[in-house]
Amino acid sequence: MIDDIELLRLIENNSRLSYEEIATMLGTSASEVEQEITRLKEENVILGYTTIINWEKKAPDNCIGMIEVRITPVKNKGYDHLAQVLSKYDKVTACYLMSGGFDLMIIYEDKTLRDIATFVTEKIATQEGVLSTTTHFILKKYKASGVIYDNPERDDRQAIIL
Amino acid sequence: MSIDYNDKISKAVQQVPPSAIRRFFDVAAEMKGHVISLSIGEPDFVTPWQIREAGINSLIEGYTHYSPNAGYTDSRQAICDYLKRRYGVSYDYKHELLITVGGSEGLDLAARALINPGDEVIIVEPCFVAYKATVLFAHGVPVVVETKPENNYKLMPEELEAAITDKTKYIIIGYPNNPTGAVMTLEDYAKIRDVLLKYPDIVVLSDELYCELNYLDSRPASLTQFSELRDRVVMVNGFSKSYAMTGFRIGYVAGPSELIAPMVKIHQYCIMSAPSTAQFCAIEAAANADAEVAKMREEYNHRRRVIIKGLEDAGLSCFTPYGAFYAFPCIKSTGLTSEEFCERFLIEKHVAIVPGNAFGACGEGFVRISYAASMEDIKEAMQLLKEFVEELKKG
Repeated sequence: MIDDIELLRLIENNSRLSYEEIATMLGTSASEVEQEITRLKEENVILGYTTIINWEKKAPDNCIGMIEVRITPVKNKGYDHLAQVLSKYDKVTACYLMSGGFDLMIIYEDKTLRDIATFVTEKIATQEGVLSTTTHFILKKYKASGVIYDNPERDDRQAIIL
Repeated sequence: MSIDYNDKISKAVQQVPPSAIRRFFDVAAEMKGHVISLSIGEPDFVTPWQIREAGINSLIEGYTHYSPNAGYTDSRQAICDYLKRRYGVSYDYKHELLITVGGSEGLDLAARALINPGDEVIIVEPCFVAYKATVLFAHGVPVVVETKPENNYKLMPEELEAAITDKTKYIIIGYPNNPTGAVMTLEDYAKIRDVLLKYPDIVVLSDELYCELNYLDSRPASLTQFSELRDRVVMVNGFSKSYAMTGFRIGYVAGPSELIAPMVKIHQYCIMSAPSTAQFCAIEAAANADAEVAKMREEYNHRRRVIIKGLEDAGLSCFTPYGAFYAFPCIKSTGLTSEEFCERFLIEKHVAIVPGNAFGACGEGFVRISYAASMEDIKEAMQLLKEFVEELKKG
C-alpha cells in the first residue's frame, strides 16, 4: 500500500523521478506507483509538472505584480465568477481568494511595469464588480516554490572518527 | 639525552591504536577531482532553522555564561519532557539527568565513574569506535560480544550471558546501531532484560543517539522502558544524529540518581558545563522539532531503500538495515579484505566508504556505507559500486 501523501511530497520536490526510482524509494513496485499517479491525476490532485526557474538570471527585466482586488460578489456565484474570469489570462500565474482587507490576490507576470499597469487598468479595473485595485511589484525574489534563491549547496563536513 | 615519550605516555592511551577510519579520510583528502563521500557518520542536513535561531536569540539576550554544572533547569526539563513523550519514561530533571558535551562525553563519564582497574565491560560489536577506547582509557577490560548478520546484528541473550563473568561491571549496547543499521525492538530487548534480571549487579549503558532514526517503528524502543531495570540502566543520548546538530556538541545521560551523581562529579571538574548556547538550541529541539525530525527520517528512509536496491544490483549481500543511516554489506564475495576493498574503491572509482573492521574484528569482510548524503551522490555511488564489483569479478 502506497502512502499517497508521502508519494506526493516526493514528487512535489522532484517531479523528474521515474516510476522505478519512486518505487525503490517507497519500497513498492513501479506498476503500483504508475497506478497511483494515474489515479491522483484523474482525481485532479496532481495538476501538472513544472520546473523551478530563476528567471531573474535569464530575463532580468521581467516584472511580477501582486494585485489586490476588492470586488462585489456576484449574485449566486459569490467571488468565483470574477476569480475564474481573471484566472483565464495566461499571464495571471496565481489567483487566490483572501481573508482580510481585500478579496482577490492576483499574481501577474509580464515584460514591463507598463504592461502590468495596462493589465490592471484595462482588464481588471474595467470588470463589473471590481471596486478597487492596489498593485505591488516584486523587487527581488529570495524564496519561491519552497526554494531559497542563490543558496549554493556546500558540504562542510570534515573527516572525523565516527 | 632525548626524552623517551613511550615511557611518558600512559600505557592505557598507548594501547589504543589510531582510528582505522582516519587513514581513509587522509587518502580521500589528497585525491584530485570529485570524491563522493559515503563515509561520514553525521547528517548532511543543516540543523533546522528554528533550532539555530533559538541559539542566536540566546546570544542576543546575553546568555553567554556558564550554565549550572548539570545544565540549565529549562534544558533539563525540556529533555525530561521529551523522554516522557517519546519513550514514556519519567526522569527527575534535578537528579536523574545530566547535560553533556555530545553523547561521547556520556560514554567517557560512565567509564570513569564505574570502572576499577581490571573490571570487565561487555561491548557489543560491530559498534561505534569510542566504546572500546573509553573503557581502555579508564583501565577497564573490554569483553567483546560479536553480533551476526544472520541474527540481523541483534544482541542475542545467550551470547550476552556467555560473556558475563563475576568481573563484569557494565555492558554497552548501541541501537539503532552504528555501523550496521540494526535495530532492537522492545521484544528483542525483553530477552536481554530476562538475562539481566539474573545478574542484578550489572549496569547497562544504552547508547541511543540514533533513537529517532528507526524506520521500522518511529517510536524509540529501549531497555530504559523496563521499570524493573530502572535502577541500573543509563541512557546516553543527544541531539547530534536525530536533529542534525553534531556541531553543537550537546548530549545527555539519564538514569538513576546514584549513577548520575558520580558522573556529574567528574563532569563538573573536567567540563564544568555543556555549552550554554547549545543548551538553548536543545530546548527548542526537544520541545518543538518533531516535525522536522519526521521529515529527515522520511528522506533517510527513501535513501535507505535506494542503497539497499543499489547493493542488490551490485550483487553484494546485505542484511536489511532499519535504523541510523548506514548499510553494512558483505564484500567477501570479491575476495578482497575490507581495507583493500575500500582503498581500491576510493582510488579507482573515487567513492569513499569505511572498512567494516574499523568497528571491531567481526566487521572484517564488510564495509560501512553511510546514506547521510544527497540522493544524487548515492545514486551515482551505487552505479560506480556496481561497475567496481563487476570489474573485480572479471578479474
